[in-house]
Parts: sequence; structure tokens; C-alpha cells
Amino acid sequence: MSVDDDTVRRIARLARIAVEEKEIPHWRGEINAVLKFAEQLNEVNVDGVEPMTSVTPMQLPMREDKVTDGEVPEKVLSNAPQTQDGFYLVPKVVE
Amino acid sequence: MMTLLTSLTLAEARDGLRAKKFSARELADAHLASMEKARGLNAYVLETPARALEMAKASDARIASGKAGPLEGIPLGIKDLFCTENIRTTACSKILGNFIPPYESTVTSQLWRDGAVLLGKLNNDEFAMGSSNETSHFGPVISPWRRKGSNAPLVPGGSSGGSASAVAAELCLGATGTDTGGSIRQPAAFTGIVGMKPTYGRCSRWGIVAFASSLDQAGPFARTVRDTAILMRSMAGHDPKDSTSADIAVPDYEKAIGKSVKGMKIGIPREYRIEGMPDEIDKPWEAGREWLKAAGAGIVDISLPHTKYALPAYYIVAPAEASSNLARYDGVRYGLREQGRDIIDMYEKTRASGFGHEVTRRVLIGTYVLSAGYYDAYYLRAQKVRTLIKKDFEDAFNQGVDAILTPATPSAAFAIGEKSSGDPTEMYLNDIFTVTVNMAGLPGIAVPAGLDHNGLPLGLQLIGKPFGEEELFSLGSVIEQAAGRFQPRDKWWAV
Repeated sequence: MSVDDDTVRRIARLARIAVEEKEIPHWRGEINAVLKFAEQLNEVNVDGVEPMTSVTPMQLPMREDKVTDGEVPEKVLSNAPQTQDGFYLVPKVVE
Repeated sequence: MMTLLTSLTLAEARDGLRAKKFSARELADAHLASMEKARGLNAYVLETPARALEMAKASDARIASGKAGPLEGIPLGIKDLFCTENIRTTACSKILGNFIPPYESTVTSQLWRDGAVLLGKLNNDEFAMGSSNETSHFGPVISPWRRKGSNAPLVPGGSSGGSASAVAAELCLGATGTDTGGSIRQPAAFTGIVGMKPTYGRCSRWGIVAFASSLDQAGPFARTVRDTAILMRSMAGHDPKDSTSADIAVPDYEKAIGKSVKGMKIGIPREYRIEGMPDEIDKPWEAGREWLKAAGAGIVDISLPHTKYALPAYYIVAPAEASSNLARYDGVRYGLREQGRDIIDMYEKTRASGFGHEVTRRVLIGTYVLSAGYYDAYYLRAQKVRTLIKKDFEDAFNQGVDAILTPATPSAAFAIGEKSSGDPTEMYLNDIFTVTVNMAGLPGIAVPAGLDHNGLPLGLQLIGKPFGEEELFSLGSVIEQAAGRFQPRDKWWAV
């Protein structure tokens, strides 16, 4: 399988990365090189093989459902590019 | 005295501090002075002399009052992927900008708990994506090693290139790294030092900038196997803040050094003898077998049939997880923000401006292989192949094999810019011997074993059973004893 220019545009949109029109053929080439490399995987018979979900045999630990941290809004916001009145500030979403 | 202090091993420095032959302050000063001279290597992206001196002062006080911790006064460098409280942490990406973590990673907090001293933050490939440390937003790291008769700058390997370069150039006594596909073992091999990737779950991932969460694991770098074992004990341990952290007691790894390996069975996987592999990669491998045999270990040929599929499977699984992990860099909560006409435009411009080339490619590939209609063909198939890779190792261990010996890398270090042809898979081949270990969640250690015809170091890798780090330290010290230690020929970087 390989990707075409339209697919590259669609992927870039899904990934929320602005890609300039003139860069599209370049990315198509690089993505296809990696996908071609991955084609080797089609040689492997994976019938009846379970996909790996956990690399070590472990159960997800459970803990009591209680707050363990928090009440530090100034720390949470300390790295934000823009804040106002204790909130993150973003461009207008709803008109 | 000042230069001598940086040439000590970590164990020697620890013992010297306890015997009050020198102070933690003197040890920190000596390292800070070396770092300043060696700035041309670009190993540190941030030096923290004030913090270092403050921590060294506290260490001297604890040593004086008889309350020294296991790493008391030991100056370390920290890969810039570990969040350090109130100290800039960037993952060497423009998108994290001037991020100042309000918290400390679990692994580093344990190092400070045990008395270690922070010298600074070390360069790495952007978000740990790379095998040469050439993708860092802060520019490439230069190895202290050079080819015989040449001044061409060489890569230290990656992604933990700053850690490897700093340890090899004596700019710290040890360093932290992270290893997702070989990012500790490959740079350790390229710079003639020791590096361990522990079993998945042995070290907490909490507070480490995430790349591919099912593969990422923190581990130590040092100039000897013993030093690596000493650091490992402080870095490992259960952490409720990482749900994949193993609740298994941490042994005193140093006790494994010098322990007999008599009767241990070492597997030699035939699939690691790749086509066109140069003789000089085979030679130390052969020597390694002889050294272990001479120490009383048995050598057996084994087969790991799915080895060749580990790299292609990795380059589906790792980008898929990365695309998901890196979705958080959106210009809202931290790091860079580029202005846009609406919120989507702001996201897209921020991410285009903030991510470098390698990272962008991986996020795009990861997004594609996880997108509707392609998930089964790529991601699901890769995860099934991963199950088979892990089963190969389980079969070998079930046949009584205790550890596996392989070369660490298919070549010695290369020059900066040498592998930047348009095909990204050329660089990926660096990880051919190391990536299987991450895919199977196993521990692996790289130990220097010899020099190539250019006088550059080559390493061997030992792969262990889950939580078999102690065996790896015992076997690694046998190799170290036989092979000796390797140092760059002169301190050209310090003039």
C-alpha cells in the first residue's frame, strides 16, 4: 500500500500539523519509504496470533477512588502561553 | 587534583567521599569546570551550577553527620526527557519551549533521595526520536571519539547522545537515559561505555516525556559495569504513579558484580548474523563467547526466527504510540503557541512550527496507521508480530538459556551528516540488534568489547530474562574484565 498526495493532506489534517502544499510530495516519499519497509510484515503468518496488549504479564492495579493531588491551579497554569482569571485562554471557538 | 576527580569511577568517587579524601563540593567543581571546557561537544543543553553547588553542600553536610545516602555527592547528568522541578525540561524540542516542570520525575527524585548531585540537562534527539542525536532542536552532540587520523566529528549515537558523550568525556560520573528502541545501548556502544535498558516496568516512567509508552524505559549510563549497577539500584523501584511499574523488590545490583557465571547458559542467536555484516562486528562477538566460556558459562546456538520483523514492526508501533502521546502539544497548556485565525489553525501552525522533521514524519505515519481503514493492516498486524517476537525469546529461555549474547550495533559510530540520505529507513537499521529487546520488554546491557579498524569502540549486548538485570551485570562484568576499558585517545575537546 502507498499513500497519494490527497492522503498526505488528510493525514496532516488529522494530525493537526500544517503542511505546505509544496512539501506534500516530499512527505509522500518519506511516508511511502517507511510503509514499504513495513511491507515485510505481510510475510509473517499471524493467523490465530493474539495482538500484544501488555509486554509484561501484569494486571492493571486498582486503587481507592479518591483525590490524591490537586488544589494547585497556579502550578497547573504556570507554563500556559495565555491565561486569564485562572483559565487557559484559546482563540474563540463558538461564535 | 581537579582533573583527576573527573576520571574516577563512580564507585571510586563514592568511596573517596566517604573516606573524606575530597568533598562533594570539590567533586562538583571539578565536573563543572570540565563541562565548561567541553561545551563544543554540545552534550549539555542546560548547565545547573547553582543547583549543583547547593546539592553538593547538602551532601557534604550529610557525609559529615554520617547520614550519607548510596549516591551521596555523586554528580550526574540527566537526559532532558526527565522532568526536573523548576529546571527547564524540553525533550530537545522547540514545541516545549521554555517548559519549567512544577514536579520531579520519579526516577530523578530517587537519585536525589539517595544523595546524587545534578550537574545539568543532557542533549538528546527530539522527543528521543533518532539514532544519532542529530534531530535535537539544540543541534547535534559530538562524540569525544574520533577516527584514527581524522578530525571529522562523529555522532555519539542516539537518542541519549548527550548522556553517552558526557559520560565518555568525563563530564559527569554517570547519566540517565531512556531507551525505546536502543537509545541507551546504541550510544553506549558508540562511545565505549556501559548502558542498561532495564525490564519494562523496572523503572517508573512517571515524569519522563513520553514517546512510545509500551516501549519506553529509563536506564543508567556509566563508565563501568559496577557504576551502572550502582545507579540502577537508585533508579529502579515500584511507583504507584505509573500503572505499568512492577511491584518487585529492588536487589542490590552491585552485589552481582564479580559473581560467578559458572554453569550459566548463553544463547547465540543465528539470526543476528546478518548478511554483509563486517568481520570486525563478528570478531568481538566471537571474543565475547570465548570470554564467557572461559568464565565457566556454556554457549549454545539458538534461533529467534522473527528477528528480522522486529524493526518493521517497531516502525509501526512506535510512531502510532508517538502520534497519540504527542497529541498533547497543542499550544494551550504549555510550550510554544503560534497564533492562528481560529483554534484549529492555531493547533496546526503551532505543531508545524514546533515539531522537527523526524518527529513530524513519525506523527504523520502514526496517524496514518491508526486511521480508520488502516488500523488492522498495519497496527494490529504489527502488534501480532510483536507477540511472535516475544514468544521467540520465551522459547529460548524455556530451553534453559539464561541470557543471550549479540553485537550491540551493526557498525561503529558514523560521522555527523553521513546518514542523511532521503531514506529514513537507512538510519533505522542502527537499531536492528537492540529493538527486539524493547518489543519483548526484556532487559539488555551494552558493554564495550573492542575497537574497530578506525580505533572506534564496539559493544556487545547481553539480553536477559524479565527482571534478570543481576545476571546481566554479572555477565557484563566478565566481558569488562576480559576486554578492558576504552577511552578516547586524548582530551581534544577540553582545550
